[in-house]
Amino acid sequence: MSDALKAKIADVFNEPGCDKNAAKDAKAKKKGCSKPLTPGAAAGGCAFDGAKIALQPITDVVHLIHGPLACEGNSWDNRNSASSGQKTYRISFTTDLSELDIVMGNGEKRLYRAIKDAIARYAPPAVFVYQTCVPATIGDDIDAVCRHATEKFGTPCIPVNAPGFAGSKNLGNKLAGEALLDHVIGTREPEFTTPYDINIIGEYNLSGELWQIKPLFEALGIRVLSCLSGDGRYQEIATAHRARVNLMVCSTALINVARKMEERWGIPYFECSFYGISDMSETLRTTARLLVERGAPADLIERAEALIAREEAHAWSRIAPWRDELKGKRVMLYTGGVKSWSIVAALQEIGMEIVYTSVRKSTEEDKERVKAIMEDPHMVESVPPREMYAQLKRGDADILLSGGKSQFVALKAKVPWLDINQERHHAFGGYDGMVTLVRELAKSLHNPVWRDINRPAPWDLPNAAFPFAEIEARRA
Amino acid sequence: MATIRIPKKNLSVNPLKSSAPMGAALAYLGIDGAVPLFHGSQGCTSFALTLAVRHFKEDMPLQTTAIDEVSTVLGGADHLEEALINLTKRMKPRFVGIATTALVETRGEDFVGDLQGILARREELAETKIVLASTPDFAGALEDGWSKAVTAMIEGLVIPGDRRDSPLRQINVLPGVHLTSADIEELRELIAAFGFTAVVLPDVSGSLDGHVNDTYSGPTSGGTKLGDIAEMGRALHTIAIGHHMRAPAEALQGLTGVPTTLFASLTGLAPTDSLITLLSHLSGQPVPASVKRRRSQLLDVMLDGHFHFGDRRIAIAADPDLLHGLSMFFGGLGSEVVVAVASTGNSPALADIPSDEVIVGDLADFEAAAEAQGAELLVTHAHGRQAAERLGLPHYRAGFPIFDRLGAQHRCTILYRGTRDLIIDIANLFIAARPEKRPADFADVLAPLPASLKGEMSHAPTATC
Repeated sequence: MSDALKAKIADVFNEPGCDKNAAKDAKAKKKGCSKPLTPGAAAGGCAFDGAKIALQPITDVVHLIHGPLACEGNSWDNRNSASSGQKTYRISFTTDLSELDIVMGNGEKRLYRAIKDAIARYAPPAVFVYQTCVPATIGDDIDAVCRHATEKFGTPCIPVNAPGFAGSKNLGNKLAGEALLDHVIGTREPEFTTPYDINIIGEYNLSGELWQIKPLFEALGIRVLSCLSGDGRYQEIATAHRARVNLMVCSTALINVARKMEERWGIPYFECSFYGISDMSETLRTTARLLVERGAPADLIERAEALIAREEAHAWSRIAPWRDELKGKRVMLYTGGVKSWSIVAALQEIGMEIVYTSVRKSTEEDKERVKAIMEDPHMVESVPPREMYAQLKRGDADILLSGGKSQFVALKAKVPWLDINQERHHAFGGYDGMVTLVRELAKSLHNPVWRDINRPAPWDLPNAAFPFAEIEARRA
Repeated sequence: MATIRIPKKNLSVNPLKSSAPMGAALAYLGIDGAVPLFHGSQGCTSFALTLAVRHFKEDMPLQTTAIDEVSTVLGGADHLEEALINLTKRMKPRFVGIATTALVETRGEDFVGDLQGILARREELAETKIVLASTPDFAGALEDGWSKAVTAMIEGLVIPGDRRDSPLRQINVLPGVHLTSADIEELRELIAAFGFTAVVLPDVSGSLDGHVNDTYSGPTSGGTKLGDIAEMGRALHTIAIGHHMRAPAEALQGLTGVPTTLFASLTGLAPTDSLITLLSHLSGQPVPASVKRRRSQLLDVMLDGHFHFGDRRIAIAADPDLLHGLSMFFGGLGSEVVVAVASTGNSPALADIPSDEVIVGDLADFEAAAEAQGAELLVTHAHGRQAAERLGLPHYRAGFPIFDRLGAQHRCTILYRGTRDLIIDIANLFIAARPEKRPADFADVLAPLPASLKGEMSHAPTATC
């Protein structure tokens, strides 16, 4: 690992904005927040994965992965991050390093030519170059190649230095944020600014969720100056330093970006969630308050309250028809971070019981919120698949809400399952998203397929009666 | 329970049904060494032949009595006799199945009497088995023609009387017209797994499965053997599939006393479970591991596939038994059958269809209803393709004819394996038709504004610095 990267990682680990980190003593801080991985029992993505997740939603740039095929080949076009315009981000670019490139040390040359070709063919506003383990190991200096290419071609080439072995997905998110801070944000001025300009950080527009939320802000006259990085445009992100307030979604994934933007440009940030009705309202409320504190007209707060009242009433009226169907159904919530509490309220409101909610990847604050909203809070850390299978098999829950990794635990236990993580195809953001979530829950729970699937094969039943009536002979 | 609506109309637009002689011809084509003979004008045969060839991608030995203007006036018995003599001489079929058409039925003759006279008179026909089914085009549709032809074959070819004192380890199968070659093969293998031989009447898996022969054959090659049909009275049990097979099943049971079980459909988990329970009971054998494995695979595909079916709005147009089977299939996976159009209105299958209403109509009714109901998938035969194009909807081809896709006969949609594949094929259609999300999809996320607030709430960002 290069010294520059080591220093960057140390910097990211020393995140004062992170309350988990703030609570540590000096020695623990130095160790960083990466949990040591257990060979043979590890799950979850690497730093490269995390960096790509954070940046790939920028729609108009070329994302060029420098490495042998697997890094990009096994992961491209795997998320439903939506674009309202450019589709360049969905095209896969990789240097596909061969054995000879690696042995001969041709990686840098190959990368340079790859950048050249990509710019010639796709004329992107920028090229993001992702480092991976192998070229990092053999010492390919992507920073130097990017610098040189930027000068030569006049198109910004952004090195994203997050090779897989550097650490976890979460670390990769943060390293991606560093790349934006070092090379993108603040490199351009917006055409105009307003006292209502905000950035949304850590929202990836999965299944179009950004579009469930944006109209709410727009109805208040609030402009989303840039979104990191859902439906993002390079030039917009370059102007992000002119926003008045930063909204930080997805817990702590990009906290370093928010904090450093506060440091450099004095933009206050707050952590928020778009999942759940009360959380959405709280987000709108806080955004309005902070904007007013930073000079927006004071009536914004009133207007926000009026909007919240109207949208909440509208959402509840749309959810109400499902209440009878879903009342008393038991939900197992296996996710993490913000979602461990943000959708609990909505599910409880329609009378569903929460068997437990997982607080993996959740902060202490997340946990406090679970305790605050649940009467009898059942929180679990990670549950091994075998155990979860047993719980579902014996009927502890009527439905599992989780990410894709637990999907087959539920299905093989013949229990309904709903995807609430990144691979999902439904948008669950904002007020509208909660209505969608409730509708999807009802759809899943009431599919007659469960009755069919859970019926034992007739030959397995003891003393099965012969169930066939013979048909009447026709009397000729 | 669906209510059945027969719209009163003068004009049929984009017809859904194929008429009865076609069904009869398909049934006759399931017999080994057969030539179907349409008693009617040349065109009746020619159109049926062309359509069947487009569906099966096979040559078809369909023949015609070539009724002309004179015989239409004076009677067609001569033409029938001549046709039988000529085609037996020329093609040497072991079996000729006659299907009457609207033309000769409108004139109205004693076809059975005519045929008896011909057979008594003409020794050269002694080696050929000949049956006749009355299938005017103006009554019923594909299922009815098929059913009547199978009944005619049972009545004409099965040795009558109770012969169960010398039983064979044999199960009779009377498949409906909606079963494909692949369906019948699957069914035969299942029956064999319990130690039985299946005699399938008619057996299109032998004759219309698109095989390549070493020698040229005029009549069908493959299909039910005449000798096997004769011995159907020595079977342990008869399985009939589809309500339209009730009449042939009753005829067979009436002639031979072999008990019969009628399955409305064999698509889906529950009907297959029932059939296997029956076979296990009849054979006294436990369910083989290979069959259990298939069941387990189906369960898994139901689990993986149900996400794509839940709350989907489906429009189906088909002959009654196929319509019923497909409706039950979609309903079982959580879809809503919002449009059900049947080709004919007299089948008991229609009342059980899980939809509010069954329209007896054509593909124009189907298209209009699918649009009005906001259907997400069209399920019908190949002629539905124009509707699919106009409505911009995915189209799953089911029924007869399927002339714009290969392999209609090789698609299995019954029992565990066929149901499994059907779920996969249709889920894949849904997945392929799933558009990427666009901002316009979220045009209505905001609550509608009260009139008093309109204008006031729309603060467009304005430049200030």
